[in-house]
Amino acid sequence: MNYYAIKAIYRTEMARMMRTVVQSIVAPVLSTSLYFVIFGAAIGSQINEIDGVSYGAFIVPGLIMLSIMTESISNSSFAIYFPKFSGTIFELLSAPVSFVEVLLGYVGAAATKSIIIGGIILSTASFFVDINIAHPAIMLLFLVLISVSFSLFGFILGVWADGWEKLTIVPILVIMPLTFLGGTFYSISMLPPAWQTVSLFNPIVYLISGFRWSFYENADVAIGLSLAMVFGFLATCLVVVWWVFKTGYKLRA
Amino acid sequence: MQPVISINELTKTYAGGFQALKAVDLEINKGEIFGLLGPNGAGKTTLINIVCGIVTKTSGSVIIDGYDNEKDYRATRSRIGLVPQELPTETFETPYNVCRFSRGLFGKPPNPDHIEKVLKSLSLWDKKDEKMLMLSGGMKRRVLIAKALAHEPEVLFLDEPTAGVDVELRQDLWNVVRALRESGVTVILTTHYIEEAEQLADRVGVINRGEVILVEEKNKLMRELGKKELVLNLAERLDAIPPGFDGYRLELSEDGSELKYHYDTKGEHTGITALLGALHDAGIRFNDLNTSQSSLEEIFVELVNREA
Repeated sequence: MNYYAIKAIYRTEMARMMRTVVQSIVAPVLSTSLYFVIFGAAIGSQINEIDGVSYGAFIVPGLIMLSIMTESISNSSFAIYFPKFSGTIFELLSAPVSFVEVLLGYVGAAATKSIIIGGIILSTASFFVDINIAHPAIMLLFLVLISVSFSLFGFILGVWADGWEKLTIVPILVIMPLTFLGGTFYSISMLPPAWQTVSLFNPIVYLISGFRWSFYENADVAIGLSLAMVFGFLATCLVVVWWVFKTGYKLRA
Repeated sequence: MQPVISINELTKTYAGGFQALKAVDLEINKGEIFGLLGPNGAGKTTLINIVCGIVTKTSGSVIIDGYDNEKDYRATRSRIGLVPQELPTETFETPYNVCRFSRGLFGKPPNPDHIEKVLKSLSLWDKKDEKMLMLSGGMKRRVLIAKALAHEPEVLFLDEPTAGVDVELRQDLWNVVRALRESGVTVILTTHYIEEAEQLADRVGVINRGEVILVEEKNKLMRELGKKELVLNLAERLDAIPPGFDGYRLELSEDGSELKYHYDTKGEHTGITALLGALHDAGIRFNDLNTSQSSLEEIFVELVNREA
């Protein structure tokens, strides 16, 4: 294992994040605060409690998920796409590293950033609403696993994309709708039965539901199922990345 | 001499069906400067990229210091430094940071002294904290060389290192390359500029259409393939080459004032004495004479054209 390489990649990626601190950290915090003002305070005051939780508090886990999913994808997809675009990737390809070091460096840095952002949003939210976390360990587990697996997904996206358009189209056309329809702002049980069934085909539902369970112990699907989905998603991404490096898909001619 | 790189039957066919390399065999000796020459699209960069691990081979083998470059890729890649042809740089990073990154990426523990030494040897030390986007093309080229040297490689590939570089920087880079060889680094240089190979290389390989068509010591190559030319400035102009000189390969200049005679240096008899004797007998006098030897460039053009 080439530990120096992991450190080099991780350090460089974290430095890049610090250089763009406004875009990386201030932006997600601001947008989350806006969600709280609009959905929590303005609209939320008109909405009844959901399963004994005020609407403002109910959306907190969903908002954290929304942010860490989009941030993880955009960070790691950009981290690998940009060297491909500029040509500097030649160095990574000619370096004595396997996909393990590359992932620990790039995905580790992207996931770290997401976890930090998740923490910041959680503390920001605590200024607006009362939050109590019923199962902190499970909450942390979801936070880490989802950050890591969406960073992996972003990495795959960055490898696959051969233009800026592809890089942005997946988050906007696939991930955002799935997240918004995945119960960020509502409980699936509020939907008509037919749409509840449709929703169960949306993998994001399981992730948000499980994360929300760790806060309030109420969930749209069983917590075990949610955990299984997270691990399943993580495993799928790992297999794809392993295959990408094994075959050199879009990396090596 | 012991080869540091040995390439056997290496082929590469790209996904589109283009065969970039056809059963290439090549050995690079430890500590030499090897000049790899070839026209555009000959397969130079493909060959380098396969050795470095950027492109996957179709068949054949590449052994570096006794290690297979696919099975033992960690061992082989950590021994190699690559300076690519283009100038891809991390726009917002500084020369110092990119060198530190490269060293770590290639598995070497931090060593600020070494990085300082490399940056100084390339006259980059006073630019070490500037953003890359502020640097000129020549400076970026130096940074790429510094990056490649940051992990103390045993073998350095320079893919067209002086393309688009001004004369002064070119001389500087040549000095850097010579200093590297002094320190025991093997250097493989691809270039369009034959002059560069002529100046630097110990041995020269010519690649054309995916095949290595010649590998030879540069001096020997120039001796063997280099044609010499004898030019005689005639005292009186001639209208045509006089009869009786058909046996000699003579050429008369358009205005009739010069006679050119081509001969091979490797031939036992150059024929000069006989020619001069015959000219004397024929009453053709000349004011001056000079000889010149063909450059590596002319040799190269002839080789490539012969193949075509």
